[in-house]
This record gives sequence, structure tokens and C-alpha cells, in this order.
Amino acid sequence: MGDYLVLAISAILVNNILLAQYLGNCPFLGTSKKMETAVGMAAAVVFVLVMAGLITWIVNTFVLQTLGLDYLRTIAFILVIASLVQFVEMFLKKSIPALYAGLGIFLPLITTNCAVMGVCLINVNEEYTFIQALVSSFAYAVGFGLALILFAGVRERVLLGRVPRPLQDTSIALVTAGIISLAFFAFKGMV
Amino acid sequence: MAKSITQEFVKGLWDEIPPFRLVLGLCPALAVTKSVQDGLGMGMATTFVLLCSNMLVSLLRKVIPPKVRIACFIVVIATFVTVVELVMQAYTYPLFLSLGIFIPLIVVNCIVLGRSEAFAFKQPILPSIADGLGIGIGFTLSLGALGAVREALGNGTLLGHSIFGAGFEPFAFMQEAPGAFVGLGLMLALMNLVGKK
Repeated sequence: MGDYLVLAISAILVNNILLAQYLGNCPFLGTSKKMETAVGMAAAVVFVLVMAGLITWIVNTFVLQTLGLDYLRTIAFILVIASLVQFVEMFLKKSIPALYAGLGIFLPLITTNCAVMGVCLINVNEEYTFIQALVSSFAYAVGFGLALILFAGVRERVLLGRVPRPLQDTSIALVTAGIISLAFFAFKGMV
Repeated sequence: MAKSITQEFVKGLWDEIPPFRLVLGLCPALAVTKSVQDGLGMGMATTFVLLCSNMLVSLLRKVIPPKVRIACFIVVIATFVTVVELVMQAYTYPLFLSLGIFIPLIVVNCIVLGRSEAFAFKQPILPSIADGLGIGIGFTLSLGALGAVREALGNGTLLGHSIFGAGFEPFAFMQEAPGAFVGLGLMLALMNLVGKK
């Protein structure tokens, strides 16, 4: 149990997917202008990432490795993720329209969110067991959500400030992200 | 669209240079720019994928049904990424190790998919090649420049050669994640300042 806790904390705080591993930065900057979109994106990522993490683990262990097709990993993973996202979208539209209305527009964006693909690859590269892959997928997703929501909160305040013209928009957002990343940097050495 | 092939090529080098003007593909720009060498290597790998996928998507644009185009693009891109991955593993193993997970992640680099969707799917093959090459080289230059700044300040070296002499105390900050964000942000601000219309 302790091991899983360490794994979770290191994935959420120490190796935060956005701020320490540099994955998923496009949606990080794209959906953090407003708190609402940030929360929507965070929820969608948690949902998809956990499922993608488990399915790619199963595909990798039982299909690719058994058949010796390791070199097809990139193609197989991206196809799993793309079809999973499509499937989740259709499923939610039919059965849980309320959730679909909330997550709807963020779902297609997740296909090209490198955090999802990145975590799937990390799980495989680190040779995690099934349970470890589950914990790590969930924890990375929570870390993504945490960083995104924190960042959106800060960014809403920055909008009110007077920013020099060349620094406006993406530029100041990146500098802000750097400072938040510095805060997360303090967790290094914790685990 | 009466733009000449040269214009399509040149626009990638300044007007739409990624990741500054087109704010896409930030993850590799942040992650693999610890040194000039890594930045350029990543840029070249991306250029190759971009060029090949633009070419193939443009050739297949009449065959691919619009409804499943994204899935088709992804398969095309993933194929070329696998090619790059295997080639790099065979011939440039140290670079392969230092870029690590970011080579397979070229698949989800928004620039590549974005160019297929926004450009190659609608244009004939020659402009698509010019576009892919231009954007790819632009991306390589950006990564190289950011890599140079981070390597010089964070490590006191350029392509492995010491440039500031022995008395220089490197800013470790620039080599770590926060430095990447701040460095990219400030370079973007500089670009805005210089290229102000």
C-alpha cells in the first residue's frame, strides 16, 4: 500500500505531468483562460487518461509483447487513444447527456493531448504492473488537473493586471507557468 | 490561394514560425531544449515527419473521406514517426536516448496534425511539400535558438564547448522545467517586440 502512495504522490506533485515532465502543454495554455474550461478539461482528462492507461497497458502486455510487435507500439497506442476518445464521446452523448454537455468540446482535443499518450508510454517504459499502471494513470491525471486549475486561477488574476504589450497573452502565460513550475520544483527530493 | 511555392516555404520561417507564431507543439519545445543538439535533433525529426505526412496526406486528399480524416491523418503520421524512431535508434543512439519519450510523442505534436488538417488536405502536393519543409525548418530553428539560450545560461556551454570561461557560475534554473517556461515566454515576448506590425 505504501508503495502505491509513494507512486501517487510522486506522480501528482514531484513529477507533475505538466510542470515537471512538460507534457500536455497545448491544452494547458489553450484552456486555462477561464476557470470553467479549465475544470472541464481537467475532468475530461482524468476520465480518459485512466481508461487509456489501462487499455494501452492491456494491449501492450497481451497483444504487442506476446506477439513480439513492440515496434508497432506508437501506432497501436495512438489508435487506441483516438478510438477510445471517439467511443467515450458517443457513449456520453447517448447515455449521460448532462456530462456530455459539460465535457463535450474537450473530448476531441484529448486525442492530441500528449499527456495521455505520454502517461501510457511512461507506464509501459517503467514496466508497471496493472495496479501500478492504474494508480499512476490516475495520479498523473489528478496532477494535470491540479496544475491546470491552479494555473487558470492565477491567469484570471493576470488578465486584470497591466501587462506590457509584447508580453501579452501567451508570453505572460508561459512566464506565469514558469513561476508555478518553480513552486512545484520545491517538491523535488520529497520522494 | 495564389501564393507561390516560395512564399509557402518562407512563411514557415518567420510569419508563421512555430512554436512562436503558431502556438502549437509546445511540449517538445519545452522538454528537449536543454541543449542545442537535442533541440536541433528533435527539430529535424519533426521536419521529416511533417514533410512526409504533408506529402502523403496531400496525395491522398481525394481518397480520404472527410468524416474519418483525423483518424487517417493520425495513422499516416504514426507510420512516419515509427520510421523516425527506428532510424534514430539504429544510427543516432545517444540522441535517441536523450530525446526518449518525446520521439513517439511527435505523433501527438499538434503542429504535424494541424498542418495536415489546415493545409495539406486542401492543397496540391508541391505547396504541401514547401509548407511542410518551411514549418519544419522554422520549428528546428526555434528549438535550436531556445536550446542555445538554455544551454549557454544553464550550463555555460554551446554544443558542448565552454563559452564563458571558468569563472562563470551556471544558472541551474535555466536547465530545469521553470527555466524552460520562462525562457520560451521571454523569447516569445522578444519576437512580438521585434515583429510588431
